[in-house]
Amino acid sequence: MAEIHDRPPEQFTLRLRRFNPESGEAPYWDEHTVELEPHRSVLEGILQARDKYDGSIGIRCSCRQAICGSCGIRVNGEPSLACHTHLDAAKASAKDGVIEIEPMGNMPVLKDLIVDMDAVHWKKIQRVTPWLLAKQPVPEREYIVPKDSMVDVTQTMACIQCGACVSDCLAMEVDPGFIGPAALAKAYRFVGDPRDAEQYERLNDLSEDPQGIFDCTHCFKCVEACPKDVNPMGQIMRLRRIASADQEIVDQNNGVRHEHAFSTLVKDNGLLWEAELLPRSYGGDSWFGKFAPAAGKELLSSLPAILKALIRGKVTPMGALKPHKLAKADLQSVQAIYEKIESREERYELNLYIAGEDEAPEPSEQPAPTPASETTVASSPPDSGTGQAEETNHEEAEPVGPGSENETPEGSDS
Amino acid sequence: MPAHDVLIIGAGLAGQRAALAAAQDGASVAIMSKVHPVRSHSVAAAGGINAAISVDDDWRSHAYDTVKGSDFLGDQDAIEIMCSEAPGEVMNLEHMGVTFHRNDRGEMDLRAFGGASMKRTAYVADITGQALLHVLYEQLMKHHETVERFEEWFTTSLLTDEAGNCAGVIARDIRTGALEVFTAKNVILACGGAGQAYRPTTNGLIVTGDGISMAYRVGAPLMDMEMVQYHPTCLVETGMLITEGARGEGAHLLNANGERFMEKSAPNKMELASRDVVSRAEQIEINEGRGVGPDGRGIYLDITVVPRKRTLEALREIVNLGRDFAGVDITREPIMIRPGQHYIMGGVKTDVDGRTPIDGLYAAGEVACVSVHGGNRLGANSLLDTLIFGRRAGEHAAARAAAMGPPKIDAGAQLKRDADELEAIIARPREGGRRVSEIKNELGDTMNKHAAVFRDEEGLNSALETIHRLREESGKAWIDDRGTVFNQDVLGAVELGFMIDCAETTVVAAIERKESRGAQYRTDFPERNDEEWLKHIDLTLKDGEPEVSYSEVTFTQWQPEVRKY
Repeated sequence: MAEIHDRPPEQFTLRLRRFNPESGEAPYWDEHTVELEPHRSVLEGILQARDKYDGSIGIRCSCRQAICGSCGIRVNGEPSLACHTHLDAAKASAKDGVIEIEPMGNMPVLKDLIVDMDAVHWKKIQRVTPWLLAKQPVPEREYIVPKDSMVDVTQTMACIQCGACVSDCLAMEVDPGFIGPAALAKAYRFVGDPRDAEQYERLNDLSEDPQGIFDCTHCFKCVEACPKDVNPMGQIMRLRRIASADQEIVDQNNGVRHEHAFSTLVKDNGLLWEAELLPRSYGGDSWFGKFAPAAGKELLSSLPAILKALIRGKVTPMGALKPHKLAKADLQSVQAIYEKIESREERYELNLYIAGEDEAPEPSEQPAPTPASETTVASSPPDSGTGQAEETNHEEAEPVGPGSENETPEGSDS
Repeated sequence: MPAHDVLIIGAGLAGQRAALAAAQDGASVAIMSKVHPVRSHSVAAAGGINAAISVDDDWRSHAYDTVKGSDFLGDQDAIEIMCSEAPGEVMNLEHMGVTFHRNDRGEMDLRAFGGASMKRTAYVADITGQALLHVLYEQLMKHHETVERFEEWFTTSLLTDEAGNCAGVIARDIRTGALEVFTAKNVILACGGAGQAYRPTTNGLIVTGDGISMAYRVGAPLMDMEMVQYHPTCLVETGMLITEGARGEGAHLLNANGERFMEKSAPNKMELASRDVVSRAEQIEINEGRGVGPDGRGIYLDITVVPRKRTLEALREIVNLGRDFAGVDITREPIMIRPGQHYIMGGVKTDVDGRTPIDGLYAAGEVACVSVHGGNRLGANSLLDTLIFGRRAGEHAAARAAAMGPPKIDAGAQLKRDADELEAIIARPREGGRRVSEIKNELGDTMNKHAAVFRDEEGLNSALETIHRLREESGKAWIDDRGTVFNQDVLGAVELGFMIDCAETTVVAAIERKESRGAQYRTDFPERNDEEWLKHIDLTLKDGEPEVSYSEVTFTQWQPEVRKY
């Protein structure tokens, strides 16, 4: 057994961001040294400081085991649950050996580590019609649905609403109106639920909203932040795929067109041809797209940005006119990925709950590997109708990683 | 001044279910909680919810298992109601949107659980409580126009009118510190148990016996307070819970010699005997020197016998828990566990509609004692209890409200009393007193030492003495926070008072019951004694002390018999 229990207590210094709204003063830093076993959590450290030195330290907390979702904070600048972060790991990632603890971002601070989740997080949850719109007629007993579809939505059901993903969502930082990772993951919980009657309406709503699914910039911050492996960005991408591929929704924001243009450019050239992206996103997914009126209008309105980029040397006229050159073998490798994925009869979807086989792979050298990273398994989405899980082991050459996309190498920064 | 037909205190499963039921029946409803509803401790229930939904099953079998699990102290009329209404309630939850695990035919799957004669536990991986709680909250968001929510409001006391009927509460807005009167025709307490009176406990830091104590202080009797469940599988160091679902999926318990010692005390059910039986068996192994770990404080729970894929799919939460909180990969190696405080079977005495003897006051869920759990609760019966009796309390309260006028009450004096008390705590000097946290820790340690799996008169008496001293000290305990916004410090001091009430009544009842039944095992009275003790112990506050009385256990179809697993 990994005898982590045997390690003696050590000293840890916590640097807490404090804010007292009644004092009229600015936020400040407050340091306390606590003594605990190194595998104890940052929350236990904060509670020891509160119990022993200063009872006025404000933090929401209850379960201490990453299930109630109360104690979302930032540790050394990264969002996480206080109870889900070990003191030794936090100390190791600290700049100067002092563990820096701050309230979450993107939400107003009420006191110390307590933020106003109602004003941001819960408002956004309410935005996605967060309840089942059940298919009628309601059966006498349970709805009969594929086993894997329920396991599939369990991944988003596992969200504990801690707000860690909201805290550091880059898109929300720029556009506070973005519905955001937690609420969109919640939306997938209904879109992916075969008992819900309004898949199309939900997806149409989230596609047409300029701050909906196409507002995500694909930065992976939420995937890293989530303590429960909900993979919010992955759920957003699944919403996009179901919206465009299955429901054939073409949104007014050009989100789908943008993705198609992105994908086609990479397929044709092996790399993105940036100058072509905008006209094609607006004018249509071909070289002629730039002559469409919509593209012309968009190009015109983007002129100041284009000029600025030219002046700063970010683009050159030649670079804009010609795609990047890639060695032929490399281009073929890229295109082989497209062929392989496009030839599949069903779309693979990553799901961390259907994760693994009875034969365990050998333990890796890495400490405490997550089950999800040992084996990843793709299951067909519930909307494909078969409900059959198809499993792959990571040792096969599937380009799959936690939170990665394995359908099309799309990447939208709309 | 907010006024409602039905005001619910606590927004876990019992509270939210009560709110939805009362609103559906047309009552004006408010639900109040000191935390955001999804932080409620129902969220931590892992394994599942029992219901005889299988075609081979019968609710009577479920009821018999529950009666036997209770060591015949459960009231059989209440147990019959709970078990017969269970299938309908579980289907209702499924229709609401709970993502219950399916079998290959697409029907709800069922897993084995302790003390059950067949598989009857519906589940969502091992986050069943979370799934239920979040789906109910979805419904509260949906019905936001008919259910008013007061989130992060701390109830300080219950209001009673001149006739002694409950007519509302006094509560503090945690965000602003404002203290307000809420009048209501009916108040439903649904604010959980009192696990924090123990240290360690599987219960969250918010589980501080608020409802039990507030009801007790206005004269409601508490019942079966001596019955405290120790869960057989808690992490040795932190007391965190490993779901019974692990044993339901087939995991073994092993002592230091690698023996499945459960064959001594439960040769048929083995690891799936009821919790009191398994916890006692483990404690005996530990006490007799066959424990595992550095100082023999633990028992091995071996989950490696469960197929790995199944573990990752159905026990995912404890895979994470083992990895993150114990450094153990449970799919590869056994994990060290021990019994730990988990649940209280006792609580505010109610009838099958959640009514307490005080008119206008209801209770449901862990705060209440109907009693369906008697001396020992079966795993996966607590979620069921919250939903069935939460709904029934909500329905009954709505009906009662429809037939009465608004309560007449002048709450000014009580509002001032509570405000003065809070101010006094905030103003207390440091000299001559202890910190609230110190007193709380001593209380928890005392309870875990003397009111645990094994008890005797000497230990219980010493615990009672300590509790009396701690009550004195709590009157002088000081805090740091002088503010109004999120002053969690002052609320902690109020909670300490609640926990001391719960601890005192637990110990008094444990001293009173001179036999061993269910979770109460007296080493000085090791036998069950049906002739003298097949009855409930009720405690009522009289002149600052708990006064003991007794009430009958209700029997319908099952007579007491020797309990073997």
